[in-house]
Amino acid sequence: MGEGGSRRVSKHSVRKQHSMWDPAIVRPAIVESFKKLDPRAMAKNPVMFVVEAGSLLVTVLFVRDVVTGHAVGVKFAVQVIAWLWFTVIFANFAEAMAEGRGKAQADTLRKMRTTTTARRIRRTDDETPLKVGALPEGVGGGEEVAATELRKGDVVWVAAGDMIPADGEILEGIASVDESAITGESAPVVREAGGDRSAVTGGTRVLSDWVKIEIRQDPGTGFIDRMIALVEGSSRQKTPNEIALTILLSALTLIFLVAVATLEPYARFFHGSLGVMALVALLVCLIPTTIGGLLSAIGIAGMDRLVQHNVLATSGRAVEAAGDIDVLMLDKTGTITFGNRQAFQFLPVSGVDEAELARVAALSSLADETPEGKSIVVLAAQRAIAPALPEGATFVPFTARTRMSGIDSAAGHMLRKGASDMVIAHVRAKGGPVPADLQAIVAKVAGEGGTPLVVADGAKILGVVYLKDTVKPGMRERFARMRAMGIKTVMITGDNPLTAKKIAEEAGVDDFLAEATPEAKLAYIHKMQEGGRLVAMTGDGTNDAPALARADVGVAMNTGTQAAKEAGNMVDLDSDPTKLIEVVEIGKQLLMTRGSLTTFSIANDVAKYFSILPAMFTGILAFQAVQGQPRSSAFWALNVMRLGSPSSAILSAVIFNALVIVALIPLALRGVKYRPLGAGVLLRRNLLVYGLGGVVAPFVAIKAIDLLVNVLHLA
Amino acid sequence: MSARFWILDVVFFALLVAIAIPFGRFLTRVFAGENRASQRALGWLERGIYRVAGVDPAKEHSWTAYAGLMLLFSLVTQLVTHVLLRYQHKLPFNPTKLDAVPPWLAYNTATSFTTNTNWQSYGGETTMSYLSQAVALTSHNFFSAGVGVCVAVALIRGLARAESPTIGNFWVDLVRVHLYVLLPLCLGYAVFLVSQGVIQTWQGPATWTALDGTQQWILRGPVASQEAIKMLGTNGGGYFNANSAHPFENPTPLSNFVQMLSIWAIPAALCVTLGDMMKSRGHGRAVFGAMAFLGVVGILVLGYFESKGTPLLANAGADLGTLGHPGGNMEGKELRFGIADSALFATVTTGASCGAVNAMHDSFTPLGGLVPMFNMQLGEVVFGGVGAGMYGILVYVILAVFLAGLMVGRTPEYLGKKIDSRDVRFAALYALIPAFSILIFTALGLMTEAGRSGIANAGPDGAPVPHGFSEVLYAFSSGTANNGSAFAGLTAYSPQHPIFYSLTLGLAMFVGRFPLIIAALAIAGNMAKKKRVPVGPGSFPVEGGLFVGLLVGTVVLVGALTFFPALAIGPLVEHVMMHR
Repeated sequence: MGEGGSRRVSKHSVRKQHSMWDPAIVRPAIVESFKKLDPRAMAKNPVMFVVEAGSLLVTVLFVRDVVTGHAVGVKFAVQVIAWLWFTVIFANFAEAMAEGRGKAQADTLRKMRTTTTARRIRRTDDETPLKVGALPEGVGGGEEVAATELRKGDVVWVAAGDMIPADGEILEGIASVDESAITGESAPVVREAGGDRSAVTGGTRVLSDWVKIEIRQDPGTGFIDRMIALVEGSSRQKTPNEIALTILLSALTLIFLVAVATLEPYARFFHGSLGVMALVALLVCLIPTTIGGLLSAIGIAGMDRLVQHNVLATSGRAVEAAGDIDVLMLDKTGTITFGNRQAFQFLPVSGVDEAELARVAALSSLADETPEGKSIVVLAAQRAIAPALPEGATFVPFTARTRMSGIDSAAGHMLRKGASDMVIAHVRAKGGPVPADLQAIVAKVAGEGGTPLVVADGAKILGVVYLKDTVKPGMRERFARMRAMGIKTVMITGDNPLTAKKIAEEAGVDDFLAEATPEAKLAYIHKMQEGGRLVAMTGDGTNDAPALARADVGVAMNTGTQAAKEAGNMVDLDSDPTKLIEVVEIGKQLLMTRGSLTTFSIANDVAKYFSILPAMFTGILAFQAVQGQPRSSAFWALNVMRLGSPSSAILSAVIFNALVIVALIPLALRGVKYRPLGAGVLLRRNLLVYGLGGVVAPFVAIKAIDLLVNVLHLA
Repeated sequence: MSARFWILDVVFFALLVAIAIPFGRFLTRVFAGENRASQRALGWLERGIYRVAGVDPAKEHSWTAYAGLMLLFSLVTQLVTHVLLRYQHKLPFNPTKLDAVPPWLAYNTATSFTTNTNWQSYGGETTMSYLSQAVALTSHNFFSAGVGVCVAVALIRGLARAESPTIGNFWVDLVRVHLYVLLPLCLGYAVFLVSQGVIQTWQGPATWTALDGTQQWILRGPVASQEAIKMLGTNGGGYFNANSAHPFENPTPLSNFVQMLSIWAIPAALCVTLGDMMKSRGHGRAVFGAMAFLGVVGILVLGYFESKGTPLLANAGADLGTLGHPGGNMEGKELRFGIADSALFATVTTGASCGAVNAMHDSFTPLGGLVPMFNMQLGEVVFGGVGAGMYGILVYVILAVFLAGLMVGRTPEYLGKKIDSRDVRFAALYALIPAFSILIFTALGLMTEAGRSGIANAGPDGAPVPHGFSEVLYAFSSGTANNGSAFAGLTAYSPQHPIFYSLTLGLAMFVGRFPLIIAALAIAGNMAKKKRVPVGPGSFPVEGGLFVGLLVGTVVLVGALTFFPALAIGPLVEHVMMHR
């Protein structure tokens, strides 16, 4: 459906954007990052769990040495241990930051759920039929219950000034509703029983009239509740890609664990020993702490960005799926085109003046409040024809039976415009002739995808008003952008194939589905999915629900019906169908950020090896002391960065490893910049920045830290 | 490096490409059952085998059934070989009256040949009867190679198919690879080797009287028949202890050249098969390119350091003035091959999991010796073992595509197949198992008296030296990677310590083979089930230079990050110490 769906685009959002280092978020995040040291919480993240276990091990051993008086190199040990703990805390901080930003949003959302009371007029298990009509105010208005006690299936009565207690569907009545709390749009919207505008959201307020609402959600499961849980990260489940990535990171961690653990027996072979401190430092530096520490922050931040765009998703999985979309199905009307047919041309039959046709067409439309009617008046005005409504004329509105509208003068003279067959029948009944060239004009307009409105003055046909559906500006560019991303756009329309084709060409979509019935939409999605494609679609009507449910990403408009909202896995609060494009970009950004930081994290290891390995092996295979030269080891020759000393080398690597997590928090929260380019170009760019950059950057950074460490005599 | 070095390598790669293309196309047809010409000649035999064995060639196997049958076939044949070796003294074709193979050695050898490793803790001519060589061992040269190709083809099928519960019929694949590929090729190949001077006889040792009047025995046997499949099947287990350095196994530079080509022939051809079966020849070319790139780098490094020689040789007054043939480090090399042919051979044999040697890898320069070791630690994907190299590199492809795939903002997909957590789990296992095996067994070898007793190299005062470490590291790298070559200084079997290396290397060879095959087949099964997403501009590109670079980068990075510490302790430090 969706024909005529609202297209309000809110320019502002209630969810305010927080600056990256907002103290209101940073301060609690710092506290939270210490709380998260609880090993039960850490166990969810295998990489950081290993870091914590290692840090704990060296701390315990160090304390033991201090107590027994065996501690050597205390200054160095304390610093390494401190930085190891910082690594864990910084990772926790990243997650806490992401959650804090989510919480700030959740709090805004939660404010909508202020404890309201509702007047329940029927319980869900009550079988008695509902009485029709308005309830007398205050008397017999059902029982007063807290909104939280409402169950799915309960029916409540909401009068003007009351808050709607929970998500539901209007059974009876019509009301203007202030939905600014969730949409940020101040203009009230009309909600009525039946049709596609029957859904109401908990937390919005009825401004006028009354409605009876059937509750559709048990408490705590409404859309806002689910959203709060998601942005807070509490009920965040790992997405498929995140699970796969965690497996890979765990495997890498295991490999490094063995690679590091076997170093001690190797050293013993040479009659040396490396010590637990150096081994743990090396292990922590090698395992992918950068991505391991930022992984959950990336996921939460992705959700957060979605909410900033005023889109609510039911799961992180849906956001991720959005990044994979191959096919995007959009309603024509209201999304691609302005949705109302606008007068484009006056086409008089031969022997009639265009000005005369325009005058009569405008006259017949003066009282017509439909967009079509208004556009005829405007088009006539552009030709300096602005007739006044004759005194005593009555308006004849359009009906499905007559399929004509117009005015009757006080004298009974009829001016009509309407569907060609009806107007022809109307004229014939009055004994008027049908001009010979009328059919040709009508056929031409229809052939071009337009709607011909035949205009008659009494028994005389004057000509045709050419109504045309206009494509919104900027749509072509957006579709070109999608194409660059590898996404095929499909226009859904109820128009005939000819009309559909013309508009599709004009809008620049890749394909169209004409004369679309709900079944046809479902079949189309099925066909695409059979071919292995992932399909996204937007919809708002109840008859969109099956297709929304079937699509991999179904975005329901907030103005749509409850059925549509429940079927889809996202709801756009702004009811802007083109927002799917942003949703897709957010999904892609999410994956790219994870991939890029993983690559960066692993590429970092090369430099870390070169800084730590030579340092930890200096005691082994030492060369014979040459007179006048310091004792040196064959391994120290591998110190290609020429770091100051073995201890400064280890310390610098550990410091770099901890600081890089903090340095990358903004990137993790903001996401890697996405540009709609082909996969090859994106890959080249990201491999260069995060792969090659990941190899080179730590060489520079560790060298710089080492210089500083030596200048400050830290090691 | 000499002109011979450059000319040899260029001609080698040109011929490799020339052979791989038609051969790969032929393999595609064989496994699709569309090799009409050869079926006209041998189809009756194929059908006869199915009838006798009661195999329904039309019935395909799920990945679990395929893996189960593979395992059953391998372990039963291993048992047969084990028994044959243990009772060779009671069986015919034993002209030198050799005794039974000792139990641990029999276990180690049977595992070794079943896993396509062909690690030999024994001297072939003084341990194995003709029957053991020609039947017990040579049959495994065929079987283990055949199984490898089957698994590779099954994995490619899994990737190429969509929404299929099966990945092929193990018996059919096994029969076809033997009947149409290995057996006919080896027949011709053996005849060629005989023409070069490789011997083939069932008669006992020849005797002759030397100039000083002493009687000498010259050991001989059915060599050519074993030699052909030893190279073509990347087995590498020599008839003689000296392997392809022995003039009866590898007499001429021409036989040497053909042996090198034959090692990489099937693995290179499988790249073409990959491109054909997946309907993306560009992808096949890219995989070939990545393997060739790694091979060329190995040859250059190895060739450079061997040509340069060592300070020790220079101090001893050896002529290193010419960086050509035979200058440089000639220790442990055959004069008829020299540095160029030995360097290429060593890279080829360790890039593939062949393990045949025509020079002593133990005598290479430290960084020269690092190349074969690293080739094995990469998991034998520089063309790799027959089949094993292909399924190994495909696992790397999956890892590379998964990692980099995220960077293009889509769930990673490999030629239209989405990579899910199950694929990643098995790919991660595939990378994990060999790393564990090599590093932990090496640690065990160094920590135990039995392990250390096998080490040949030590300092003047008996102190441990990096080269001694390298010997152990090399052995477990070779065993795990199913290569079979050795830093031969290591004594892996002695009557004093019969168990340690027999057992640990036996385990290394086992875990380096079957768990990996099962992981590869699990991926095949999982991939075969999936739907195929049409490839478009948003899809991850798996061809072209960028992908080659990505694949090479992934292989090297995973290998280097895992083994850098071990390699630093061994060859790198040895190099530093030598050049100090």
